[in-house]
Amino acid sequence: MKFAGFLLFGAAMTSSPLMAQDQLPPAPYAYRQLSDPKLEAKAEALMGTLRCLQCQSQSIADSDAPIAGDMRSEVRLRIAAGEDPEVIRRWLMERYGDYVSYKPEISRTTWPLFAVPLVLILLAVAIVWRRVGRPS
Amino acid sequence: MIAELGLAALWMAAALAILQVVTGLLTVYAGRGGSDDSVLPEIARLTRPSAVMQGLLTIFSFAMLLWVFAITDLSVRLVAENSHSMKPLVFKIAAAWGNHEGSMLLWVTIMSLAGALIALVERRLPERTMQATIAAQGLVALGFYAFLLLSSNPFDRLTFPALEGAGLNPLLQDLGLAFHPPTLYVGYVGLSIAFSFAVGALLTREVTPAFARAMRPWILAAWIFLTLGITAGSYWAYYELGWGGWWFWDPVENASLMPWLAATALLHSVSVLAARDALRTWTIMLGVVAFSMSMLGTFLVRSGILTSVHAFAVDPQRGTFILILLALYIGGALLLFALRAGSIVEGKRFAVASREGALVFNNVMLSAILAIVLLGTLYPLVTEAFGVRVSVGPPYFDPVSAIFVIPMLLVMMVGPLLRWRQDSASRIKGQLLAILAALAVGIIVVVLIGGVHVLPFLGLVLALALAVASLSPLKGRKLRRVPLFTWGMVLAHFGIAMALFGMASDSAFTKEKLTAVGVGETAMVGPWSVKLDGVEPVAGPNWTAMQGNLTASYRGEQPITLTPQSRSFWAPPQQTKESALSTRWNGQLYAVIGEQSAQGRWQLRLWWKPFVIYIWLGGGLVALGGLLSLIGRMMADLRLRMAKRNRALRAGEAAA
Repeated sequence: MKFAGFLLFGAAMTSSPLMAQDQLPPAPYAYRQLSDPKLEAKAEALMGTLRCLQCQSQSIADSDAPIAGDMRSEVRLRIAAGEDPEVIRRWLMERYGDYVSYKPEISRTTWPLFAVPLVLILLAVAIVWRRVGRPS
Repeated sequence: MIAELGLAALWMAAALAILQVVTGLLTVYAGRGGSDDSVLPEIARLTRPSAVMQGLLTIFSFAMLLWVFAITDLSVRLVAENSHSMKPLVFKIAAAWGNHEGSMLLWVTIMSLAGALIALVERRLPERTMQATIAAQGLVALGFYAFLLLSSNPFDRLTFPALEGAGLNPLLQDLGLAFHPPTLYVGYVGLSIAFSFAVGALLTREVTPAFARAMRPWILAAWIFLTLGITAGSYWAYYELGWGGWWFWDPVENASLMPWLAATALLHSVSVLAARDALRTWTIMLGVVAFSMSMLGTFLVRSGILTSVHAFAVDPQRGTFILILLALYIGGALLLFALRAGSIVEGKRFAVASREGALVFNNVMLSAILAIVLLGTLYPLVTEAFGVRVSVGPPYFDPVSAIFVIPMLLVMMVGPLLRWRQDSASRIKGQLLAILAALAVGIIVVVLIGGVHVLPFLGLVLALALAVASLSPLKGRKLRRVPLFTWGMVLAHFGIAMALFGMASDSAFTKEKLTAVGVGETAMVGPWSVKLDGVEPVAGPNWTAMQGNLTASYRGEQPITLTPQSRSFWAPPQQTKESALSTRWNGQLYAVIGEQSAQGRWQLRLWWKPFVIYIWLGGGLVALGGLLSLIGRMMADLRLRMAKRNRALRAGEAAA
């Protein structure tokens, strides 16, 4: 086994990482659903909001990239084990950075994303108020 | 020789653009103070012909590019990098605009053609305003000529011709995508006319209903193409990417959505200006914003900044060039606006409950949605520049844009029923009751179905009510007497309801089945049973594929055959999944075949997507509504001109 592992490692080093991943069979739940439809729906909802790190602007639920498959499998297994979706998101964010989550959270870097819509609401009210006067 | 002819034509066109800017501006400033067209300087006669000639030259140049791609002239760098001798002819030609330089040439070609068209046919406005408009069009074109000729020459030759081309991305080798960029570009660049009209009117301070009527058909035409382009692009993503998603809030998609939002707002505000002489500055502002969004979209897509801010920094020449152009044009136009807006009277006032009131409200909502999309698209780029990578995706865009979309949809139901200037709710009581009834029925039905999340829930209910509301302006009218442009509005609004229904239905009711089946086995998804009859290798012109032969039956009905493929292209080496679709009136079955697993079973991905097709049918209907509107307005304009001419003739006869 050790030898086989060494060979695999060698293959991974000499060819591109993408190729190595292609040669491995996909993770168990990459292309398989959970049997409980409720849990699967939960997993689906979470997967739709996680970014595939290898793709351009696709969620892991929308991608054939090997890493997306691995992440799908990870998410499904953890959901099946009864973990909370937001805990899984946090775990992935710790591992891959905030970049992996499509759902920005209010923080020191992202607060304008949430402040601007509020300002826009006020602005919209003000503009409509000002534009609409009495007919002269 | 062919490539050199194309390049020479491009240089000449650029020279003519300079001429047109100089003569146009001289004309505007020569007789300042008087708006009398009879005292135009002699030089004014050069402006229109140079715009027309410029259009012909760029068409010629673009034709030369198509030519070198059609014959796969591998001594031209662009052909060697983006084409391949073994490709079907249609994709060889499509490769001409499937790359940076070619698409920028397409951009300036459309831009100068649009300029040539207004120079040729648009004679309703005071000539000085038109001279200013054509000069502005030339000035914008000039920047893009400079960009092409100085940093993105499409006709560049290789010192040694390549033996074979590098090929085109297989995802792009699809008929839908071959014609998607030109459609979108016509829309993008068509908005340049609105921009130039706005600048022209600011220069001569003639923001009038006549100006709005002259500008409207151009905006409508550009908007129709944008609508078609976005709809087609969404459908392409849906069937080509192989996972059944149709909108990803991807920056590239947002780049096309932003001009559309601005153009939609502009379209409605220009109607207010044309009919009621109100919202003058607002319309001008939107004219500037709409094309600015087109340019911003081009910058985002063409600079490489989307892949990574760092990729942009490594090869900054092109990106910086477009960024400077953006700053010059948008900044310049906004500066002009700031200087002149004060001298333009805002126009007539109106009550809250009036057609104008509703249109203003929705204009503000559209602008707010535009701001949200702009923020969500640019913000990650800003943080990345400071070393923090964040993602902004559907969990942000969906709810935040809904804050503004929902009130907009509600007002959109009532707006077309209201009269101009001032109206009351009691006059349209009957129609209002029908809309409320539709809302109530919608809520009851969706509650009975059960298990639908908030946003799809609202989407389904609002879609039903909007469908009823969009038809209600026809109530009590003789359908044959309803003007064509009113039909256009009804159809476009109904199309929005239909698209919304499709979107909400797809989110609420889609059934998914990911499974591995052996040959002869059956998988169930929703009301469908799908049997894998076999898997066979097939070959295309530049690819080989494993093709799954499926028979699918809807609730035990007569089975149909589906043949999804997993294709391997060899130039460049890349795999794509070709989905197979079966469309019924009530939805679409979506099938994809994946890899073979260790036990010899094949991965199947199946979706039953109820009513999903209505997304794009609705989009098509919106564009068709725009077209009817355009035809209606043009016919009305022609009738007006005929009547005027007849009156003039009669007056002449009476005088004689």
